[in-house]
Amino acid sequence: MKYIDEYRKKELIISLSEKLKTVSKKEMVLMEVCGGHTMAIHRFGLLSLLPDNIRLISGPGCPVCVSSQHFIDMAMAYSKIPGVIITTYGDLIRVPGSTTSLEKERANGSDVRIVYSVLESLEIAKNNPGKNVVFLGIGFETTAPLTAAAILQAGEEKIPNFFVLSAHKVMPPVMKALVAEGVKIDGFIAPGHVSAITGTAIYDDLASVCRLGVVVSGFEPVDMMQAILMLADQIESGMPKVEVQYQRVVHIEGNKQARKILDTVFELRDDTWRGLGVIPKSGLKIREELAHFDAEKQFMVDVPESGEPKGCICGLILRGLKTPVDCPLFAKKCNPSEPVGACMVSGEGTCATYYKYRL
Amino acid sequence: MTQKEEKIMLSHGSGGRMMHHLIEDLFIRHFRNEILDEQTDAAILSTGSDEIAFTTDSFVIDPLFFPGGNIGKLAVCGTVNDLAVSGAEPLYLSVSFILEEGFPMNELEIIVASLSDEAKKAGVQIVTGDTKVVNKGKCDKLFINTAGIGRIRKENCSIGKALDIKPGDLILINGTIGDHGMAVMNARETFNFKTSVESDCACLNQLIREILDHSTVKFMRDPTRGGVATVLNELVDKIHLGIEIDESSLPLSHGVKAMCELLGFDPLHVANEGKVVIVASEPEGLKLLEAMKRNNLGLRSAIIGRVVSDHPGKVVLRNETGGRRIIDSLSGDQLPRIC
Repeated sequence: MKYIDEYRKKELIISLSEKLKTVSKKEMVLMEVCGGHTMAIHRFGLLSLLPDNIRLISGPGCPVCVSSQHFIDMAMAYSKIPGVIITTYGDLIRVPGSTTSLEKERANGSDVRIVYSVLESLEIAKNNPGKNVVFLGIGFETTAPLTAAAILQAGEEKIPNFFVLSAHKVMPPVMKALVAEGVKIDGFIAPGHVSAITGTAIYDDLASVCRLGVVVSGFEPVDMMQAILMLADQIESGMPKVEVQYQRVVHIEGNKQARKILDTVFELRDDTWRGLGVIPKSGLKIREELAHFDAEKQFMVDVPESGEPKGCICGLILRGLKTPVDCPLFAKKCNPSEPVGACMVSGEGTCATYYKYRL
Repeated sequence: MTQKEEKIMLSHGSGGRMMHHLIEDLFIRHFRNEILDEQTDAAILSTGSDEIAFTTDSFVIDPLFFPGGNIGKLAVCGTVNDLAVSGAEPLYLSVSFILEEGFPMNELEIIVASLSDEAKKAGVQIVTGDTKVVNKGKCDKLFINTAGIGRIRKENCSIGKALDIKPGDLILINGTIGDHGMAVMNARETFNFKTSVESDCACLNQLIREILDHSTVKFMRDPTRGGVATVLNELVDKIHLGIEIDESSLPLSHGVKAMCELLGFDPLHVANEGKVVIVASEPEGLKLLEAMKRNNLGLRSAIIGRVVSDHPGKVVLRNETGGRRIIDSLSGDQLPRIC
C-alpha cells in the first residue's frame, strides 16, 4: 500500500539501524512525545534495533491520558443532566473518573455517543432539536482545529443546541515544562501531526535556548529510525537544531489556515494535565464572544476537585520518569479491561502499549 | 462478575474478555453441565446410536443490510457455521423473529428470501420458527434467532475440544480476515470510505466437508466477534501452549488493510462471518492448504502461524522487522484512534 509499504521496508530499517550504531557513541535519552510514536516503536520492535547508548522515554502526547480527572468528572456530570447527549471520541468513554466512567453512565441510561469526527456531533444536534449536544473536545493542535471549525459551522448554520466542553491542549508549554522540571532529555522526537498544523517555529527555543535536538518524525518504522539517526547526528556533533524528517506531511510553516481558525475560536489558558499539574498557557478555552457554544458557560455543574487514583503512577510515566513496569498496579489491578489510570485506556497510552507488547 | 460491573454494558457483547467473564461467571455458573462445560460452538449430544450437534445464535446486526449480505443471510450462515466448525453436517434450522411494530413488510420479505436462499445453498431445511412483534421502540427494527441441528460422525466429535494439539502444529485460515467487521462498520458509520470491502458472510459447511473428507484436523472454529485474536486466545487458554503468528502471512484485502491503518484497528480483532481457523499437524496442514485453495471459499487460504512451546497461554505476533507483540483478546470494543 502506497505511503505504508515503502516506509516499512525491512532492508531500509536494518540499514538505518546499522548506520545508527556506527554514528552514535554518546549516552543519550530521547523523548518521543506522541503516543502514536510510542505505539510505532513497540509495534515494530524498534527498541531492539537501537544501540545500547540510546534510551527512549515516552512523553505526555496521548490526549486521553493527559486529560485531567476533573475534566472526566465534569463530562460525567454533564451526562447526567436530563436532555443532554454527550458526543465523544471513543477512548474517552472508558477512562475511569473519580467514581464512574462514561461507559458505565451509558449503561445507567445517559445518552453517550461515540463519534469519529466532531462534525458528526453537529448532525446529531440538528437531528435532535429538543436536546443539548455536548462534544468533549480533547486533543492537541491536531484535533483542536476541527473542533474550532465545528463551532464556526454551528454559528453559520445557527445550531443553538451544540456545545463544546474543551480540554484541548497545546504541545509546546508541556515540552518546556518537562525540561524546566529537570527531566533528563537530550532530544525530542517531536510530534508529526501537531507540527503539521503548528509548523516548526514552536520548537526553536528548545534548540536555541535549551540546547536540545528536535526532529519532527513520521509514524512508520523507517520514519522513526531516520528521525532517531538525525537526532543522534545532532547530539554527537553538539549542534542541536530543529529538523523535519516527516517532510511528506510537515511544512516548516505549518497549516496557516488551521491556525487562523484555532485563533478565531480559542484563546490560551492555564490548564491541568493529569499527573503534571497546572501548566501556564497550555490549554485552549473558547473565546468570550463564542461563549454560547461553551458548555462550561452554559451548564453549571458542581464537581469537586479530585486527586489521582490511589497507587497509579501515570503522572510519573507521562513525565518520562518511570515506565509502566515500575507501577505496582501494572498488568495486575490495572489492565485494559479494568483500567485504573488513563494511560491504560487509550490505544496510544504508554501503559496500554507496554501491556500489549509485554514480552 | 465484580460488583463494580453490576450493569450490562455494550462491551459485554463484543466478543472479548468481558463477554468471556459474563459467560463464565454468570451463565455457566447457573447452567453448568458436562455438555455445556465443553464450551464448543455446538453441543454434541448422544442419542444412543447417533451423535447430534445442536447450536443457537441471535442476530441483532445494525444495519440490517450491508455490502455482501443482510441479517437474513447472516442468520443462516452463523448457525450453519457453528455446526460445521464443530465437525457436524448441518441439517435443520429454526428461525425466530422479534419484530418492531412498524417494520416495513417489503424489507422483511427481502430478508426472509435471503434466509431461504442461503438455507437452500447450504443444503439445510428451516423446519420450525416463531414470530413476536413488540411495541415501537421496544426493539431495534428486527432481531432474529436461529437454532440448528446437525449430524456428526463419531471421529469428528472432538474437533471443537482442541485435544492432542502439539508444538509444531500449523494454524490455517481460509482467506482474508476482517472483511465482515469493516464492511459493516463502513455501512454503519459516517466515514463514507469509497471502498469495495464486502462482508465475507458465507456458509462454510461444504468447504468444511471437503476438508474433513481429505484430512485430519485437530481444531476448528469460526472467528466471528472478537476476530481471529479471540479464537486463538481461547485456544491457548485450553491447550496450555503458545501460538506464534507471522504478520506477513495474514491474508488481508487492500480495503480492510487501508481502513484498519486509518482507524487504528487491528484486523486480528475484527469480525469475520465466512472464515474458519484450523489447527492441523504439519503434514496434514500442508495437504489441507492445497485442498482448501481449490474451493471458492478458500482461494486465499494461508498458513498463518504455529503452535509453540514458548510463552504458554499467549498468542504472539512476529512482524517482518523483528518486532514481537502479544495479541490479546479484545478488551471492550475496538475504538478508533484520535490522533
